[in-house]
Amino acid sequence: MRIVVDFDLCESNAVCMGIAPEIFEVRDDDFLYVLDENPPESMRAKVEESVQRCPKQAISIVED
Amino acid sequence: MNSSTVIVGASLAGINAARTLRLGGHTGSIVVLDADPDRPYDRPPLSKQILTGEWEPEKILLPAAKEDLGLDLRLGTRAKAVDLVARELTIEGPDGSVNRQSFDTMVIATGAAARRLPDSAGIAGVHVVRTLADSLALRDELEAGPSRVVVIGAGFIGAEVASSCRKRGIDVTLVEALPLPLERVLGAEMGAVCAQVHIENGVDVRLSTGVLEIETATVNGTERVVAVALSDGTRVAAEVVVVGIGVTVNTGWLEGSALTIDDGVVCDNTLLAAPGVVAAGDIARYPSERFGRMLRVEHWETAIAGGEAAARRLLADASGEPPAIFDPVPWFWSDQYDRKIQLAGRPMPTDECVVVHGSTEEFRFVALYGSGDRLTGVLGMNRPRHVIQLRALLEDRATFAEARERAASL
Repeated sequence: MRIVVDFDLCESNAVCMGIAPEIFEVRDDDFLYVLDENPPESMRAKVEESVQRCPKQAISIVED
Repeated sequence: MNSSTVIVGASLAGINAARTLRLGGHTGSIVVLDADPDRPYDRPPLSKQILTGEWEPEKILLPAAKEDLGLDLRLGTRAKAVDLVARELTIEGPDGSVNRQSFDTMVIATGAAARRLPDSAGIAGVHVVRTLADSLALRDELEAGPSRVVVIGAGFIGAEVASSCRKRGIDVTLVEALPLPLERVLGAEMGAVCAQVHIENGVDVRLSTGVLEIETATVNGTERVVAVALSDGTRVAAEVVVVGIGVTVNTGWLEGSALTIDDGVVCDNTLLAAPGVVAAGDIARYPSERFGRMLRVEHWETAIAGGEAAARRLLADASGEPPAIFDPVPWFWSDQYDRKIQLAGRPMPTDECVVVHGSTEEFRFVALYGSGDRLTGVLGMNRPRHVIQLRALLEDRATFAEARERAASL
C-alpha cells in the first residue's frame, strides 16, 4: 500500500499523527511530513483510521 | 446480523454508523433517511470553504456516502414519530406522503438545528448556517457584495462566518451577548484572546451587547433587513445578518416514545438508549466516566466515533459480545482567519488555565486546563502538533503536573 496526501487539502490538524506517529509527522513549521509512504501491511488498520479521521479527507491509500 | 436497521439522520454520525454496520457484517436492510434533500455532506466547510467560494458542494460529499454499502438512502424524508413497541417509524417523504417504516434496530442521529432569533422568520437577509442550503443561500448574498454583515453570536460558527466575510473583504460587526466570546467553553482568559483575534482582523466586536431589533424595509415587495439595533444604543446598517446562537437538538419526533429526552437522547455508556435503539452525534447524551458527568458533544470527530460506536453496540447485541464503553476524549478544531484553534478535552470555564508554550500575544501557543491535580483540557492556537501529542495525556488520564512537565519537553 502507498500513502498519498493531497497537500492542497491538508491543513495540518495532525489527527493522523495522533493515530500513526510512525507514519505521519506535523513539524514545527506546521506542515505534515509522511515519514513512510509505503508502510508495512501491519500498519493498515492505523492508516485506514487516519484516512477516516482526517477532517479534510486529504489522505488516501493506493494499492500498488 | 441480518435484521433490518433504520438510521434516522444521514449526516456524519448516521453515515458512519451505516458503514460500520455493513463492514461489521450486517447483511440485512439498512434504511438511512434524512429530512435534508442534499446528498450526505460534511458540515465544517459550510462556514468556511463553501462560504468563501473556495469549494463547490461536490467537494464536501461524505466519502462513505460514495462507497457501495448497499444502503437504502432516502433523502428529503423526515421521521415524524416512532413506536418502539410496534417497531414502527412514521415517515414523511419528499412529496408529503406519510408512510410507515418497520425496523428491528434503530440508530438515532437527527442531530440539531440552528437556533433562530425570535420574530426573524421570513425576513430576507437573515441567515443561519447549519445545512448546505443555508450556506449556499448566504454565499449568494455575500457574492452580491454587501457593505456590512452583522454576525450575532461569537461562538465557533459566528467566528468562522466573520472570518469568511473578512476574507471576502466585507466589513463585519460581531455581536456577543456575553462579556467574552467562548467563555463557557474556553474560560475568560482564552475567551479574551479569541476576541482579540477578531479585532486584529478588523472586525467591529461588540461584547456584552444584545440585539434589540432587526430593522427591515420592503424592497421590491420583500421584507428585508436594513439594520440591527443594539443594546449599546447604536444602530448598525447591514444588508446581511447571520445568526449563530447555538443549536437545539432535533428530538421533537421522539416525544411520546419511551425514550428519555433531556437536551438530547439519554443513553447509557455504550450509546444504548433502549433495547435495540442507539443514538450518536450531536443528539446523544451519555455518561462520561472520564469527565464525571453527562456529556452531549457537538464535535465532528465525536460524530464519527459515536456513529461507529453506536453501530458496534448493535453488532455486539447480535454477536453476544460484551459492548464497548464510549468515552472518547472530545477534540475539535476551528479555523478563523489564519489561526487554527484546537481544543482537546472538556474543561470547565472555571478550571485553572496555564500557557505552557508560545505566547497569547503572538496568537501561537498551547495552554493546559486543570482541575485540582487532574488535566482537563489542551488548547492550541496554530500549534496542532502539540495539541495532538498532549491529547494522548488526556487519554491516559495524566495529572496536571505530569502534563505541564510533558509540555515543557515538546
